[in-house]
Amino acid sequence: MLSATAHSQLCRLRPVPALKPRPLTAAAAAASSPLADQSPPSTPPPRPSPPRSQILTLRRSLLARETTAVQLAESYLARLRLVEPRLNSFLHVSDSVLREAQAVDDRIGRGEDVGPLAGVLVGVKDNICTADMPSTGGSRILEDYRPPFDATAVRKVRELGGIVVGKTNLDEFGMGSTTEGSAYKVTANPWDISRVPGGSSGGSAAAVSARQCMVALGSDTGGSVRQPSSFCGVVGLKPTYGRVSRYGLMAYASSLDVIGCFGSSVADTAILLNAISGHDRYDATSSKREVPDFISQFTASNTLEDKPLEGMRVGLIRETLGSGVDSGVVSVINAAASHLEELGCIVKEVSLPSFSLGLPAYYILASSESSSNLSRYDGVRYGSQAVADELSSLYGVSRAEGFGSEVKRRILMGTYALSAGYYDAYYKRAQQVRTIIQKSFKAALDENDVLISPAAPSAAYKIGEKKNDPLAMYAGDIMTVNVNLAGLPALVLPSGFVDGGPSGLPVGLQMIGAAFDEEKLLKVGHIFEQTLRGHRFVPPIIEDDNTC
Amino acid sequence: MALLLCRGIRMYPPLLNYAAFLRRKSHVFYCAMSTTEAQTATQGSQSTPIKISPHRKEKGLDDVLKDYEAIIGIETHVQLSTLTKAFCSCPYHYGSQPNTNICPVCMGLPGALPVLNSKVIECAVKLGLALNCKLNIKSKFDRKQYFYPDLPKGYQISQFDVPVAYGGHIDLDLPVEFGGGHRRFGITRVHMEEDAGKLLHSGNGRVPLLEIVSEPDMRNGIEAAEYAAELQRLVRYLGVGNGNMQEGSLRCDVNISVRPIGQVKFGTKVEIKNLNSFSSVNRAIDFEIVRQALLLSEGQDDQIVQETRLWEEGSQKTVTMRKKEGLSDYRYFPEPDLPGVILTKDYVDSICNCLPELPEVKRRRYEKMGLSMQDILFLANDVNVAEFFDATIAKGADVKLAANWIMGDIAAYMKNEKLSIDDIKLTPQELAELIASIKGGTISGKIGKEILFELMAKGGTVKGMIEEKDLVQIADPAEIEKMVDKVLLDNPKQLEQYRGGKTKLQGYFAGQVMKASKGKANPGLLNKILLEKLNAKS
Repeated sequence: MLSATAHSQLCRLRPVPALKPRPLTAAAAAASSPLADQSPPSTPPPRPSPPRSQILTLRRSLLARETTAVQLAESYLARLRLVEPRLNSFLHVSDSVLREAQAVDDRIGRGEDVGPLAGVLVGVKDNICTADMPSTGGSRILEDYRPPFDATAVRKVRELGGIVVGKTNLDEFGMGSTTEGSAYKVTANPWDISRVPGGSSGGSAAAVSARQCMVALGSDTGGSVRQPSSFCGVVGLKPTYGRVSRYGLMAYASSLDVIGCFGSSVADTAILLNAISGHDRYDATSSKREVPDFISQFTASNTLEDKPLEGMRVGLIRETLGSGVDSGVVSVINAAASHLEELGCIVKEVSLPSFSLGLPAYYILASSESSSNLSRYDGVRYGSQAVADELSSLYGVSRAEGFGSEVKRRILMGTYALSAGYYDAYYKRAQQVRTIIQKSFKAALDENDVLISPAAPSAAYKIGEKKNDPLAMYAGDIMTVNVNLAGLPALVLPSGFVDGGPSGLPVGLQMIGAAFDEEKLLKVGHIFEQTLRGHRFVPPIIEDDNTC
Repeated sequence: MALLLCRGIRMYPPLLNYAAFLRRKSHVFYCAMSTTEAQTATQGSQSTPIKISPHRKEKGLDDVLKDYEAIIGIETHVQLSTLTKAFCSCPYHYGSQPNTNICPVCMGLPGALPVLNSKVIECAVKLGLALNCKLNIKSKFDRKQYFYPDLPKGYQISQFDVPVAYGGHIDLDLPVEFGGGHRRFGITRVHMEEDAGKLLHSGNGRVPLLEIVSEPDMRNGIEAAEYAAELQRLVRYLGVGNGNMQEGSLRCDVNISVRPIGQVKFGTKVEIKNLNSFSSVNRAIDFEIVRQALLLSEGQDDQIVQETRLWEEGSQKTVTMRKKEGLSDYRYFPEPDLPGVILTKDYVDSICNCLPELPEVKRRRYEKMGLSMQDILFLANDVNVAEFFDATIAKGADVKLAANWIMGDIAAYMKNEKLSIDDIKLTPQELAELIASIKGGTISGKIGKEILFELMAKGGTVKGMIEEKDLVQIADPAEIEKMVDKVLLDNPKQLEQYRGGKTKLQGYFAGQVMKASKGKANPGLLNKILLEKLNAKS
C-alpha cells in the first residue's frame, strides 16, 4: 500500500487514477493506427527460449568466418526498412553502415584484431551527439544541426568496432514519457503499434525490440531508459550517475542525466555498458572508479546450480505496489519476486517512506536545471534562427518557434522555481528531499543486495492517451525518478505480460543496486533472464522473421 | 582653491600626516577640479545639467565638498594568464562541419560540458592567501543566468554564496608624492568564474577569472587607484596573471556613493566601468564625487540614480551607460556539471609554503634596512625591480648605493630605451661589483657611470671592462704628483695669476690634471697634491 502522503501525492498529480490500459479491440487498433492493416498476426507462436547475446553470437560467427559484418548489416538494414514505416523509431539512418561493416570485414580478412563491438549495429538516441549525422534532440530548434564531435560514449563504441546505424526518436530533449513529444514523428510500440513505446528513449527501445539494431544508447534522467524498456520488452540499464561520461549528451537535467544501454539480452546490455563506461576528462562528474568486466561473472545457463542466487537479499519496495499501480503489473512483479525466491533469493518487503516525495522533487529539480541547460538554444550560434529586428525578439521568436509545448512548460516551471523569492520553497526544498531519498535508499541497500519494483505503474498505453494530460504522464514516472535522485544504477528486465495488444504487453521488473554495483545487478539479471520460463522476448511485429 | 577642495573628503584612516595629505590632495584634485569646470562649462548639452546657483559659485566647490564623504568599493576581475582555458578541455579532433576549429565547450555547443582546470583553483588559493583571506575548505560553482550574445550557454559559471576565499585585507603605502601613509582595506571575497565578457572568435576559450570584491573602505580616487595598483602588484608577484589594465587582464568596476558627513545611511550607489588605467580610476572617482556632491548640495538627490556609468577618457567625465531597473534576478543555482571544490590542508599548506615574499612584507623589510619610503615604493612596486635589487644586495652591495643606482641611472636608461629591468644586460652580480669597485677606489664614480651604460647595453663584467679599457683609478701619489708638476710647468701664466691671488684657478688646474690622467686620477688625492704644490712656493 502507498503511504498516506504517497497516495495523496499520486492523486494530486494524477486526477485520473485508472491506469489500466483499456482492452484493445481489433477495431480500436485499426482506428488508432493508419498502418493497422500491416499488423502482424494476432496469435503468434510463443518463443520460450531465453534470449541469446546477439553480440557474442555475431562475434563468434565473424571470427569463425561463418558470416560477414556486411551480411549481417544488410539483414538488419532490411528489417529496419521493413518495419520502420510502422514504427518510426529512427530520425536518421546512417548511410555509411555497409561501408563501416566492410571495413570490419577487411580487418578480419587481414587477420587483424577487431574490437569487442566489431560489426555490432548500435542505435543512438538523437540527443547524443554524432559527428557524421544530424543530432536534433528531437527538437525543431536543432533541425539539421550537425555537431562537430562525437559524444564520448559514441566515440568509445566506434573505437571498439561498433557501427552507429542511426539516430533514434525521442521526446524533445528527453522531456516526456511517450516519445510523442518529438518534434518530428511519433514512434510506435513493436508489441502493439497503436501504443506508445514509452519515453523519452522510445526510439531506442522500439528499435532494439524490433531488432532494427542489436543494442542502443539512450539517456535516463527520470526513467527514460527504464520505462520504455518495460513498455517494449527489452533490457534497459540506467548506470550509476558518473559511470558513463555525459560529454556529448545534450543536457536536460545535468545532475540526473545518464547515458544508458538497451539490449535484447542482459549480456548485450552489459557488453555495451562495458564499452561506454569509465572516466572522461571532458566530464568532470564522470567517476574515476575502475570499470569491472561486467559479463565475466555471468554463469552459462546450462551450468546453473539449483539455487544460483542462494542468500541474495532482495527488497521489494512496498510503496511501488500500492493503489495507482495496474493490478496486472503487480501480478507480474509478485511473480518475478517468487521467481527470485526460487533462485534462492531472500525476498522481503522494504519500505521507503520518502518514495512518493520523489516525483515532485524530481520535477522541480529537473525543470530547474533544464531551464538553465536549454538557455543555450537561443538561435544565435547554431540551430534554427528566427528573423527578428532586435536581439531580445531574436531570442524570443527563435525559442517560441523552436521549442515544443512540453519543453516550454518545463522551462517555465524551472524558471519559476529558481526565481528570487521562490528558490527556498521549491529548489532548495527539493534538494533537501533529494538528500532524504538518498539516505533512505542507502539504508535500504545496506540491508539488501538489490531492491525491486515495477519499472512503470502500467504497461504501454495508447498513443494520444496522455498527450494532453501532462500530470498523468508525470505520474507514470513515479517508479523511476527516485533512482535518478539517488544516482543509483537500475536494470529493467522483461518479466511478464499483461493483457492488451495483439499478443499481450510486456512488463519490466526494475532492479536497483548500490552505487557502482552494476556488476551485481547484471549478474542477478542475467540469471533471472536465463531462467525465465515461457517468456516471449520477440515482439509480434517481427515474429515471422526467422533471422532474429 | 584646489588646495581647499580636499577638505571635503574625510581622511581614512586618520593616521596620516595631514600636511602631506594636503599636498597630495592639491596635486590630485587639480585634475578633478579642472574637469568639473569643463563640465559646468558644457552643461547646456547635458540632459540633466548640474545647476550651480550664483550663491553656490561664490561659495566654491570646496565648501560644498567639505560636507560630504564618498564610500567606494571595487570589484576587480583578474584574468589568469598562465592558462588559456578555464572551463574547457578542447578535443583536438573535430569533424569537418563548420565552426570545427572552435572548441565545443567555449561555443556552448549542445552536449559540451565545462571542466575546471586545477590551475584556476591554485591561483585562487594563492591570491586568497596573499589577501589574508580565510579559505572555504568546501566551495562550489553556481550558474548565473542571463541572456547575452557573448554568453553562449545562457549562463556564466561563477561562485555565488560560497566563494573560495573571504574576509581578508590588503595593506598598501600611498605614494610619497600623494602624501604617503599606510592603508589597510578589507577584502570581502575572492571567487572563481569564467570570463563572460570575452568575444568568442578569439578561439582562446573562456578565460578563467578571479573576482576580488573589496569592502567599501576607500574614500577617494587615489586610495582606490592605489588599491587597484596593489592588487596588480600581488597578481604579478604571485605570477597568477599579467595584470595588464589596458588589455583588460585586470578590470576594475567601481561602486561609489556620496553622503553628507554624519549621515548613517549610504547614498545611492553608482557603478563606474571602462576604467583602463589606475589614473582613470582615480580621476573617474574624483569626478563622480564632485558630481554627486554638487547634486546633493543642490537638493537634486533624485538625480542620483542607481546606474552604471562609463568613464570617458576623452571628455574626462562619466556618462550614463544603463540605468538599473530594480535588481536583476540571476536565478543562481549550484552548477551541476562541476563537482565541489575541496581544499585539503596539505594542498593549502603546499601553496602557502611556496608563496613568494609579498609586496607588503618586502616594503616593511626595506623599511627596516633604512631605505626611504620613496625608495621603498620604487623598488617594491615592480616585482622584477625588487628581485634585481634583492639580488644585488645579496651579492654584498651597499643597500643605499644599490638603491640609488637602480633608481637613478638604471631607471633613466630603462625609461629612455623603453626596456624592463629584465631586458637590460647588466646583472645584479655586476652592479654589486661596480658599486664595490667605486667604493673601494678601484674606479672613480664618473668612470663607474660610463661602465654602467656599457654593461646595460652590451653586458660583460666590470673587471673585464676595467682591464680592457685600462680604467683603473690612479691612486699612486707619486704618479699624480708627476702629472701635477707637468701641468704647473706647462701653465706658468696661470700659476702666476693664482699665486697673485686668483685662487679660483685651482679648478682649472684640477681639470687639466684630470684630463692628463684620462679621468683616472683619484680626485681627492689629485686635489690634495695640487693644493700642496700650488701653495708650496707662495
